[in-house]
Amino acid sequence: MQSSQSIDLRKKRRWGETLIQASLFVAGAFSILTTVGIVYELGKESMSFFSQVSLWEFFTGTNWNPQIGQFGIWALLNATLMTTLIAMLVALPIGLSIALYLSEYATHKARQTLKPILEVLAGIPTVVYGYFALTFMTPLLRSIFGEGVVDIYNTASAGIVIGILIIPMVSSMSEDALSAVPRALREAAYGLGATKLETAVKVVLPAAVSGIMAAFIISISRAIGETMIVAVAAGAGSNFTFNPFEAAETMTGHIVRISGGDLSYDSIDYNSIFAIGLTLFFMTLSLNVISQRIVRKYREVYE
Amino acid sequence: MTQIQKKEGFADNLLQRHRLGNFWSRLFQISTGVGIIALIALLLNITNSAFGYVATENKVDPETLAINGIPLEQLHPIDLTYILEQNVSAGFFRVQNNEYPFEERTREEIYDLVIERVVEPEAVSTWSLFDSLIHKDEIEAKASEKYPNAELSFQSWINGNFLISPQSADPERAGVRTAVLGSLWVVTITLLFAFPTGVGAAIYLEEYAGDLWINRLIQTNINNLAGVPSIIYGILGLAIFVRGLEPITSGAFLGTVDPTTANGRTILSAGLTLGLLILPLIIINAQEAIRAVPGSLRQASFGLGATKWQTIWHHVLPNAIPGILTGTILAISRALGETAPLVVVGASTFITFDPTSPFSKFTTLPIQIYQWTSRPQDEFRNIAAAAIIVLLIILLSLNGIAVFLRNQYSNKI
Repeated sequence: MQSSQSIDLRKKRRWGETLIQASLFVAGAFSILTTVGIVYELGKESMSFFSQVSLWEFFTGTNWNPQIGQFGIWALLNATLMTTLIAMLVALPIGLSIALYLSEYATHKARQTLKPILEVLAGIPTVVYGYFALTFMTPLLRSIFGEGVVDIYNTASAGIVIGILIIPMVSSMSEDALSAVPRALREAAYGLGATKLETAVKVVLPAAVSGIMAAFIISISRAIGETMIVAVAAGAGSNFTFNPFEAAETMTGHIVRISGGDLSYDSIDYNSIFAIGLTLFFMTLSLNVISQRIVRKYREVYE
Repeated sequence: MTQIQKKEGFADNLLQRHRLGNFWSRLFQISTGVGIIALIALLLNITNSAFGYVATENKVDPETLAINGIPLEQLHPIDLTYILEQNVSAGFFRVQNNEYPFEERTREEIYDLVIERVVEPEAVSTWSLFDSLIHKDEIEAKASEKYPNAELSFQSWINGNFLISPQSADPERAGVRTAVLGSLWVVTITLLFAFPTGVGAAIYLEEYAGDLWINRLIQTNINNLAGVPSIIYGILGLAIFVRGLEPITSGAFLGTVDPTTANGRTILSAGLTLGLLILPLIIINAQEAIRAVPGSLRQASFGLGATKWQTIWHHVLPNAIPGILTGTILAISRALGETAPLVVVGASTFITFDPTSPFSKFTTLPIQIYQWTSRPQDEFRNIAAAAIIVLLIILLSLNGIAVFLRNQYSNKI
């Protein structure tokens, strides 16, 4: 043993470790590739669509009849907005009420039973909701408003059922926001003589408003992108109408119907689903980004 | 005892305020009830269609097929084969015989074929479970009046035959076998792709990634991808897997092209598409699980001279695995229920043979439900309901496993 030999304290280069780190990075980068793939493919095919259809016609037209060369997105977008609006009219008040009940009123035991039930509601596949809309909601609406008024396929039934689908999402996200409000705020309100309702609505709700807004916006984005319910229950064939009892095809419903048949590449139909998809992608992406901004900017931080 | 004097203006509107409070508290309770009622209505609606009376009419009365007074059910296989030969086209008989000679078939198999091809029972009318229970007598009267030759029987549309029969154009004989096998194949591909990639990405983000712009970009990107509608993934899958990578997804690069497909609309394309769809879910859940592993474990491991990967492989992952598995199971049940992206990728509308490789044409359980629901005939609604029950049972058991894992895990710490 030579005492003069110094010990090498430098970090040893381990190629195996480097290789592992590199491959893990590749796995992480996959998500970037997915986004790039979405934007690239949607963009590329949309370009060839817009070389045949003018942007002006696409974004202002109210007729969508590919057979005679009419491509106005409003015919489909209008139906999407109708179902979304109806869904929100159902989901927002009910979802927020459930959130308030669970966070402010319910006993611990009631919460433990109710939350899993709502989770079950959230875990049911959307095609099952589509079946529900067609075989339960539509006959119900027809028996209430009359068979002459309500078509077999209509946006009202699809919208209501999308609303039911979204209730658990609104309620669980809102409840998270409400529960994050510290107890001290509630105690202070009670101390000043406020009733339970006044505490919930005038103190807790405003304190949690950013989280609740974010939940609402995410839900809108979810309702816009919802596909199977409208594909089953809202009807086939575009229809620019404001009557919720008439059949009208939404953007997602149109994509499903067109691509469900034998779709040949490089046809105008094939290109059109990419143009619709791109519109859909930007609508939902901007809603998601807005909701993230709201949470980051307006969140009240306690302690 | 002193009594608080009620002053003017103090308790004026107290009663009103409490009344308002009670009113709204009732309203909140009712809203919660509405959510639960919706769930119950949904489940009842499905059960209602999955069971009930069916009036079936036979094209040929089985009694007329009796030979020498021996009823059809007791006939010898040779007689049954004879009946078959007399009543079906010569071509069909020959094909059947070539595929699987009649001498080798069991009596039951030939009997089933006689029922299917000669007797040909057909559902002429169906009733829901609710009607069947409440208006039993009316149904019997109506059935005997309208369909005098029909036989009325109470039927559960979900039964053994339904589970093992392949798809058929006839709702009476259609089953979910092809669809369930298709779902299993697709989900296996999804899992093989998404689990390693997702967990790898989560390990990278939690254990390796520094505060660099690229890492922040990856994280933001994953959060945004989780909010992209599933149908967009379908369009992506159509463009990339079905069209762009057709030589690979059709199996052409292995020379094993399935002659019936010969394009990219295969199980492989569907599985990869769903893999991309659930990737963000798996990553986010795995990240949470890895983050929950205490830092002291890592420090101890480093202190003993372990390398980074040894620490992760031997200490971080074993502690995070229950959480990762729970997240993965939930993601898988999401993939099992997805319909829209698979329709866009190009699920087959009608296949009767079992999938045999990743390059086979595919259909899945939710697709099958969608197609049956879209048909106008009542009987297809009945089998759609039965298929929904099969799907819900599969999903519920998966969720049960996830909950079990989560409880096991939380007991440990």
